[in-house]
Amino acid sequence: MTTTETERERAAGAATYVGRPVDRLDGRAKVTGEARFAAEHHYPDLAHAVLVHATVARGRITAIDPAAARTVPGVIDVLTHENAPPMKPPPAFSALDLSTFVSPTSVNYLATDEVHWSGQPVAVVVAETPEAARHAATLVRPAYQELPAVVDFAAEEPGAVPQKGNPLQPAAADKGDAAAALAAAPVKVDLRFTTPPYNHNAIEPHATVAVWDGDRLTVHEGTQNIAWTRKHLAMRFGVPERDVRVLSPYVGGGFGGKGMVWAGTLLAVLAARAVGRPVRLALSRAAVYHTVGGRTPSTQRVALGADAGGRLTAIVHTSVSRTGRAGGMAEPITAATRHLYAAPNIHLRQHVVQLDLLANSPMRAPGEAIGTFALESAMDELAWELGMDPVELRLRNEPERDPVGGQRLSRRLLREAYAEGAERFGWSGRDPRAGATRDGRWLVGMGMAAAYHPSLVLPASVSVRLGADGRVVVRCGMQEMGMGAATVQAQIAADELGVPLSSVRVEYGDSALPDAPGAGGSAQTASVAGGVLAACDKLKRSVLALARRAPGSPLRGRRPARVEARDGGLYHGTEGESYAAILARAGRDHVTAEVKPSMPLFMARTLLEHRRWMKAACGAHFCEVRVDRDTGEIRVSRWLGVFDVGRVINAKTAASQLRGGIVMGLGMALSEETLVDPRTGRIVNPGLADYHVPVHADVPRIDIHYLDEPDPRTPLGLVGIGEVSITGVAAAVANAVRHATGRRVLDLPITLDKVLPGQAPPP
Amino acid sequence: MRVNGADEKLDVEPWTSLLDLLRDRLGLTGVKKGCDQGACGACTVLADGVRINSCLALAVQYDDKDITTVEGVTPHPLQEAFVRHDGLQCGYCTPGQICSAIGMLAEHAASGADPAALTEAEIRERMSGNLCRCGAYNGIVDAIKDVAR
Repeated sequence: MTTTETERERAAGAATYVGRPVDRLDGRAKVTGEARFAAEHHYPDLAHAVLVHATVARGRITAIDPAAARTVPGVIDVLTHENAPPMKPPPAFSALDLSTFVSPTSVNYLATDEVHWSGQPVAVVVAETPEAARHAATLVRPAYQELPAVVDFAAEEPGAVPQKGNPLQPAAADKGDAAAALAAAPVKVDLRFTTPPYNHNAIEPHATVAVWDGDRLTVHEGTQNIAWTRKHLAMRFGVPERDVRVLSPYVGGGFGGKGMVWAGTLLAVLAARAVGRPVRLALSRAAVYHTVGGRTPSTQRVALGADAGGRLTAIVHTSVSRTGRAGGMAEPITAATRHLYAAPNIHLRQHVVQLDLLANSPMRAPGEAIGTFALESAMDELAWELGMDPVELRLRNEPERDPVGGQRLSRRLLREAYAEGAERFGWSGRDPRAGATRDGRWLVGMGMAAAYHPSLVLPASVSVRLGADGRVVVRCGMQEMGMGAATVQAQIAADELGVPLSSVRVEYGDSALPDAPGAGGSAQTASVAGGVLAACDKLKRSVLALARRAPGSPLRGRRPARVEARDGGLYHGTEGESYAAILARAGRDHVTAEVKPSMPLFMARTLLEHRRWMKAACGAHFCEVRVDRDTGEIRVSRWLGVFDVGRVINAKTAASQLRGGIVMGLGMALSEETLVDPRTGRIVNPGLADYHVPVHADVPRIDIHYLDEPDPRTPLGLVGIGEVSITGVAAAVANAVRHATGRRVLDLPITLDKVLPGQAPPP
Repeated sequence: MRVNGADEKLDVEPWTSLLDLLRDRLGLTGVKKGCDQGACGACTVLADGVRINSCLALAVQYDDKDITTVEGVTPHPLQEAFVRHDGLQCGYCTPGQICSAIGMLAEHAASGADPAALTEAEIRERMSGNLCRCGAYNGIVDAIKDVAR
């Protein structure tokens, strides 16, 4: 729906912009190529930097000779640990300063001769052209003293140690006696799953353009964390925060991979300082794999015990993940299992191993994306054991309160999602027997799984400016990487102030704007919406204050609670006047309101709220797959998702985001895998030719439906939608493959060798 | 070389890719670099109306050719259709998708095939060289179908 169409609908009596499928406001800039991403900012004396990567997993550099590289025409400098200007060491993560989250490694690049992973940057070549820099970088060949490295996850995972948790993300849970209940259960499954490492593979590779002007720094960077990137850079380079500006109006995909400050960013800034010129450091696709962490691999055990009626008596979910020895945070793999099903006995444990590999980093629903593969596959297998419909099994175990924490559920429409999904998909029409449905050479199967992701709201500062001409500017340093962030906030502000959407402009993607939280944890939209609501309310009060004092104003003496914003002004019943009239009378060119929440207060309230209420997005996936009976080729032919994601602000952009999670989940299920050489720790397939993300032909029509009921305990009833839809996807595919072929695949990705006929006959 | 309708006299190194020439020398940053190895399609441009991966093309090989980038096709009904059907999210693969779709529709028409043969499955197959990690594939196919009609 275009803005004009929306305005027409509004004029015809539609009450609000919130809820309408408005076209994204930055769509035009993106389809014409006008949108400029980080690498596309040019400066007259721009120099180009390329990284040199370590070729050993662990060791020390014994010699690094830049001479050969320096002979390449156009090379300006070769920076190594022997000559690079120093950076302050990276801070360790601290709950007292959450900005330390963006520091993913303890390695201080080019300030040490130590190597902690294969691919760690050990030198930077700066040249007049990218080609010269790239060629010269191949001529820097350090000598190493190799040290023993531990890089094989499969070999090391039996030695994993218990993971430390925190109040928002505990790493263990015990309720009742799950081991005893499992032993006594009349029906049970006990399965071991593995998932491989994955990489984000945003189509825009990470790129930085760094410009120093004296001690003032400007950075063009596609980041999911503008405010914390600025703070981190200021700290590392020893300059005041106010002298650092991070510009990030467009982010060419992130998915978690642009949430932290990785080597490329730091070394672009360092190189620019060293050579005294603006520097562009645009990572090659392979360099992204070598310097930006991906999703942890995992091994998981899920054991479920149930009575004959399908009521769960025991849930056991344990996991092992990995971090790098020089950084990374263990992922909450069992997190969704805390919340999904009621059971009197629950045992959850997360373990972790440290390897001499690059730090892992959050990737769309870290923990839950792979944890739900195991849990939801096991639930499906339990349904087979019970001879019960898997939808029915889930309905019988739907909790009234949070199963582990005991909190009340602010809103949870999972029952409705199952029912509506099953109905729309035609679930009841399937032949429940495995391998029974055929279409020529294709074995056809249907699968389903639950989706679940907790909701999080963080403090966001927002300012709103109302001009005498009726135009509104919303300012917030939030991130846009395709979610439609500016579009939905404009819709909200237009409704709050009662002005046409076309008169609202949203400024974002700049650290000079009021601080927003990062785009992560599915938190940005709800968080910023809270700020926009508060700032609009403050603005209306300021405008009303002007009118209330003015003789002759129909709003004279009116109380804020009784006044409504609509039709470009403030009204009390039918009496009122336009913003333009109020501002003109007061002799004001504009009125501005800004909100700036206090972080400690906000976090204290959040923790308190978290103790009392469980808030989450959830949903149900239904899919159909076809497996070639001779080759084992697997095609996903149909997908339907019904989601409870609170109030939907923009049905069009929300559907896109939910589809996006499902598409990434399809890759996770069927084709994606980062291969790490278990001897050298080297990534074997660091590119899109060998790491297979889903293409057009892999993605069927994906039907998205919303239950669209506002959450009573979040701003505007919003619940974040960035991650929920990837959870459960791989399980839904695995469950459909089980139905089609009779084969339960426990190891992702489900490649054709794992379902090839002749290995084990279908039951 | 003719770029977006304008004649350009360019002196380039033999190793310069058409992609780097367009992006860095001519400032046509609507052409995107996603993988630099022909695997993602973000760099798709039209050479004499035929879609190519400009990262795999040496600029010198395109002497005297007519190159069209997303800047040169603007305004195009596909662009409007992409916005209307939300065939994009982050926008980074979008110019490549659009150029590829224009080339694909031309290929299909030139083959003399019945326009009705351009089903969703056929569009998907023909567009599979253009990756979208945000997963906007459904919207892209809808946009192309809309314009092909």
